[in-house]
Amino acid sequence: MKFLEQKAKEIFARYGIPVPRGVVASRAEEIADPPLPCMVKAQVLVGGRGKAGGIRPANSLEEARAVARQILGMNIGGYTVKQVYLEERLDVENELYLSYSIDRTAREALLMSTPMGGVEIEALPREKIFMECVPVLIGPQPYLWRSLLKKLSLPKDIGEQVVDIARKAYDLFRKEDAELVEINPLIVTKNRRVIAGDAKLVIDDNAEYRHPEYANLDQDRTPLEQEAHEKGIAFIQLDGDIGVIANGAGLTMATLDVLNLKGGRGGTFLDLGGTDDPGKVAEAFEILLKAKPAAILLNIFGGITKADTVAVGVKQALEVMHANVPVVARIKGVNEDKAKQILRDIGMYPAETIEQAAELAVKVSHGGA
Amino acid sequence: MLDFGTKVVAGVTPGKGGQKVEGVPVFDAVDEAVRRKRANASIVFVPAAFAKDAVIEAVEAGIRLIAVITERIPFHDALEFQPYARSKAVTVIGPNCPGLASPGQAKMGIMPNHIFRPGDVGVISRSGTLTYEIVNAISEAGFGESTCIGIGGDPIIGTNMVEALALFQRDRSTKKIVVVGEIGGTAEEDAAAFIAKNVTKPVVAYVAGRTAPPGKRMGHAGAIIQGGKGTAESKVRAFNDAGVRVAQYPVEVASLLAAT
Repeated sequence: MKFLEQKAKEIFARYGIPVPRGVVASRAEEIADPPLPCMVKAQVLVGGRGKAGGIRPANSLEEARAVARQILGMNIGGYTVKQVYLEERLDVENELYLSYSIDRTAREALLMSTPMGGVEIEALPREKIFMECVPVLIGPQPYLWRSLLKKLSLPKDIGEQVVDIARKAYDLFRKEDAELVEINPLIVTKNRRVIAGDAKLVIDDNAEYRHPEYANLDQDRTPLEQEAHEKGIAFIQLDGDIGVIANGAGLTMATLDVLNLKGGRGGTFLDLGGTDDPGKVAEAFEILLKAKPAAILLNIFGGITKADTVAVGVKQALEVMHANVPVVARIKGVNEDKAKQILRDIGMYPAETIEQAAELAVKVSHGGA
Repeated sequence: MLDFGTKVVAGVTPGKGGQKVEGVPVFDAVDEAVRRKRANASIVFVPAAFAKDAVIEAVEAGIRLIAVITERIPFHDALEFQPYARSKAVTVIGPNCPGLASPGQAKMGIMPNHIFRPGDVGVISRSGTLTYEIVNAISEAGFGESTCIGIGGDPIIGTNMVEALALFQRDRSTKKIVVVGEIGGTAEEDAAAFIAKNVTKPVVAYVAGRTAPPGKRMGHAGAIIQGGKGTAESKVRAFNDAGVRVAQYPVEVASLLAAT
């Protein structure tokens, strides 16, 4: 789950992390009392807002409305701006960076910080960044803050505020099941206050059930991806024309790769997972058909999944949807012969290997067979 | 698992103690199974919300090896139970994995039995069904497997690629190693560096997700290209630099094995 800056800052504030004052608006006319002078900031789930002209200053109510009018409806990185956030403009002395993410190798939380904030952290040399793992079972100990302070070499009053924010951000990281809490820039103002200039928050999708309050927030999904998500189907729309459906994430990725090697382009990533419930399979196929593929490539390698029940689901879906999209099916696993017969009966193109299936899918997508 | 030759001595489901499934007694708690049946390994299928509880219970009951099949466990739970299990020197495989199998000996997992043949190829994989595909290709080409470890598709896993490689390097019944990676994280890059330094047995690899778009989570929680990191190209390059040949097609793993 990704969060718009404004929503992330609302959550930051709940944990006591200082954020600038601001108001949100989805229409210029509804802006009544912005904290002037202000910055008008496009609210989208992608980075690069500033460069795209989505963050601009305003000094009066009229100007704020005029700027908001220009930013609302803008397209930034493929996303239409539906909201702007009008935020008090800060007198910036300097900009820091602070984030929590995970270190997969250490199996611990990772605290990163640098006094050179405001830029992409990836662009900085490694030795300029403070990186320290936090063992989640124990939590951060005082030495962590001592070494953070030493690395950032900040005046005492500012350092204390940074440590206080780092503590609270860790609390948020844990309690909200976050995979990323990033404050960039973490602003030090001319009157020596430390405030979160931006707020990036990503929460683990698998922990959604522990945070029902975020269930209805807009995500960067296409309408079809959203529909699939609500049905619990792992589905991603891609820019090709062949609908790929397989069971298991790795196999689905591999099927897309093989298709590409054979000159085709995948239009969907649809992971059926471990299901062989015909109803679920039919549901997945309905989503797939709505993506309007020129051909469908089905690749199933059964383990606990039974091949014939998957085939029954495919049959049901195609019948209900009255679809005449050519389907190339490669099915291996328990009852695969039965499955092949069911699929042949409804006019599918059977294939023995992924390579064959991919070649055939490319061919039938161009109208050949 | 029973058909594979695994000695399944007990099942545990709270509230179902006293029942029998396929002749195997069911207990209410792990420590009963350990006391009564001397269970020393555990396979966890419980729903994601209760998986942490199941792993900690198994560790506390004295289980030494735990395979967690369950998918969609919040990784903050894994950040707790993984280091805890390690602190007690308990080996965890997974979560979000198909388990592990040693053909001719035992299986703790959900992989289909018929794809395996006893042999000397050790298989390490982040995936489930893609592993079946590749193991099947290895077996059909006339090779067989010593052990196959599905390490799991989550970001926080109990036994990582490097640790599995170290086990296979030490294992006398393994002569060749197959690594099945995918986009996301740096497990393959770390593995490549480890192979260059510490692995003398021939290694062949496959990496899934060459055509995956950045920023999209490809089904597995761990399979995502973030900030330009975790791409298939980077992983393939790292393997090649370490002298590991990388198959373009999954089944090509078998022919590359034949050439080693």
